[in-house]
Amino acid sequence: MANIKTNENKTKAQSMGLHSEVLTGKTQQKFFNPDEAENFYYWGTYDVDFNKRIDLDVNDLDCKEANKKIDELMSQGYGTIVIKNPQGKHSLGVGVLNKLNLIFEGSLGYFGVGSIDGPTVRINGRVGWSCAENMMAGKVVIEKNAGSCFGAAVRGGDLICKGSVGARTGIDQKGGTIIVGGDAGAFTGFMMQRGRIIILGNVGINLGDSMYDGTIYVGGKIGSFGSDAIESPMTKSDVDWIKRKLKVAEIGEDFDISKMTKVVAGKKLWNYDALEPTEKKGAI
Amino acid sequence: MCGIAGLIHRGKSSNVGNELQAMLQALKHRGPDSTGYALYADNDGQNFIMRFKVGENVGEGSSSINEDESVYDKRKELVDQMLKSLGAKVLKEEKLTPYSYRYEMQYDEDLMDFSKKIESIESVEILSIGKSLELIKDLGDAQEVLDRYDLGKVRGTHAIGHARMATESGVDIKSAHPFWGYPFSDVSVVHNGQLTNYWNNRRMLENKGMRFMSECDSELIAVYLAEKMRNGATLEEGMKDSLSGLDGVFTYFVATKDSLGMAKDTMAAKPLVLYESDDLVAMGSEEIAIRSILPHEIDTYDPFDGEVKVWQI
Repeated sequence: MANIKTNENKTKAQSMGLHSEVLTGKTQQKFFNPDEAENFYYWGTYDVDFNKRIDLDVNDLDCKEANKKIDELMSQGYGTIVIKNPQGKHSLGVGVLNKLNLIFEGSLGYFGVGSIDGPTVRINGRVGWSCAENMMAGKVVIEKNAGSCFGAAVRGGDLICKGSVGARTGIDQKGGTIIVGGDAGAFTGFMMQRGRIIILGNVGINLGDSMYDGTIYVGGKIGSFGSDAIESPMTKSDVDWIKRKLKVAEIGEDFDISKMTKVVAGKKLWNYDALEPTEKKGAI
Repeated sequence: MCGIAGLIHRGKSSNVGNELQAMLQALKHRGPDSTGYALYADNDGQNFIMRFKVGENVGEGSSSINEDESVYDKRKELVDQMLKSLGAKVLKEEKLTPYSYRYEMQYDEDLMDFSKKIESIESVEILSIGKSLELIKDLGDAQEVLDRYDLGKVRGTHAIGHARMATESGVDIKSAHPFWGYPFSDVSVVHNGQLTNYWNNRRMLENKGMRFMSECDSELIAVYLAEKMRNGATLEEGMKDSLSGLDGVFTYFVATKDSLGMAKDTMAAKPLVLYESDDLVAMGSEEIAIRSILPHEIDTYDPFDGEVKVWQI
């Protein structure tokens, strides 16, 4: 266990006088204690085989029953699950914490595939509000449009919408990448803290309002900048990184990336990690 | 949180009563307290349909009181006398519940003056007047209200409806949606959201002679639009103006005899999903409402902030 109390190596932020307090507290020690194995065990995770494929018709199931069924199929080792007739139901496919190929043949309602950690999800239809909220890792591809609060509080992974998205895309985003092939609504990147958003189309008003950190790339017109958001010059590493991401997302093949607008936070809050301002991160 | 739904068939009629019921039933989790329908039915268009209530269906938190049925009957007699004195010719009358009626009548004079006089009778409220508008609202979910008022057989071109979760006012009919766009025939409004400059606008509009029947903030939208239209604005102009005139968060639908419109506030804070095709436009707070009448795969989208759209039948 790392002894945080006696760690003499100051971070750059600490040497600048920012958050110089010594971190103590039982919660942190307990959380990172490797001896307590239960803290590292994910309940409801399974070893699945991608070659084991099954169809699941959820037309007559409510979201609880459908999610339970998905869990049951994963426990039986099914690694590719095709959901038929989702019919805009809410909260389908949430809380999947292991690798899985999850395919929805249709559209989802609100809170679809939220709090996931690892699966690859493909949705052939549209998604409602708050799709992939709190996603930790994995890849989600939506073929049509998405509602508001797309990728709210996303912490990692790739979230891709090939159509247009509603307002507040990437609100409270803490990591990962959100890619939108079409337009995005107002307040895109609202209170964003980390991660990156790529919008190939136009965005609405108040882009990046109250953002702490993170980067937003916009291909089209910007309605207006929110407070705390400023334009920053595009670098070669930005272009390379976007090119790679778009290739993975299978969109924007002929898109002129160099003409995109890069938007970053205009000010850093005192208690936020100043060690890695997004502009200096370079291509990952 | 409330649920709103609407649909407009272009160039044909359909069973809008049942279709709207399916949409509102799918939104029941957004509003279990009361349900309202504004159906634009295939009436002959010759006579006015007036729906009114002479008492309340009192639910939780309502400022109204339960009354005896005999009181309702006395009020109904007063309405009949008033109609006679105003020169309105009642062709058909139906008692729908102990407290609500549907009259088919002929009347050629100013509806504002007419409504004021009818509503001067204690506890009498006109729910709607129109040549095709049938506005029904009561406590219960969409199925219960449909059954109570026998709406399953209503055919028409378009409709809007509302499933209400009471927040700022009690559970009763007067606070339920849709609201009639008094004093315009065939205008109705449903709303999801909160308006924060309600009292300022209400005082201003009351000074201009407009009438409010409830303390529900959503009623303001109907009155606001009606006042704009009274001063010569088109429906679309009035709706566009409302984006800056009304403060708060809202998505609302407004319907007239031959059109249906939607407006979304500049914060885009309230949900709306739209489906547009050549012969049908359907909209609702959630996709699940649209799916209830269109089970096949469709393309839908969320309108952006500050959008106003109007469709004609």
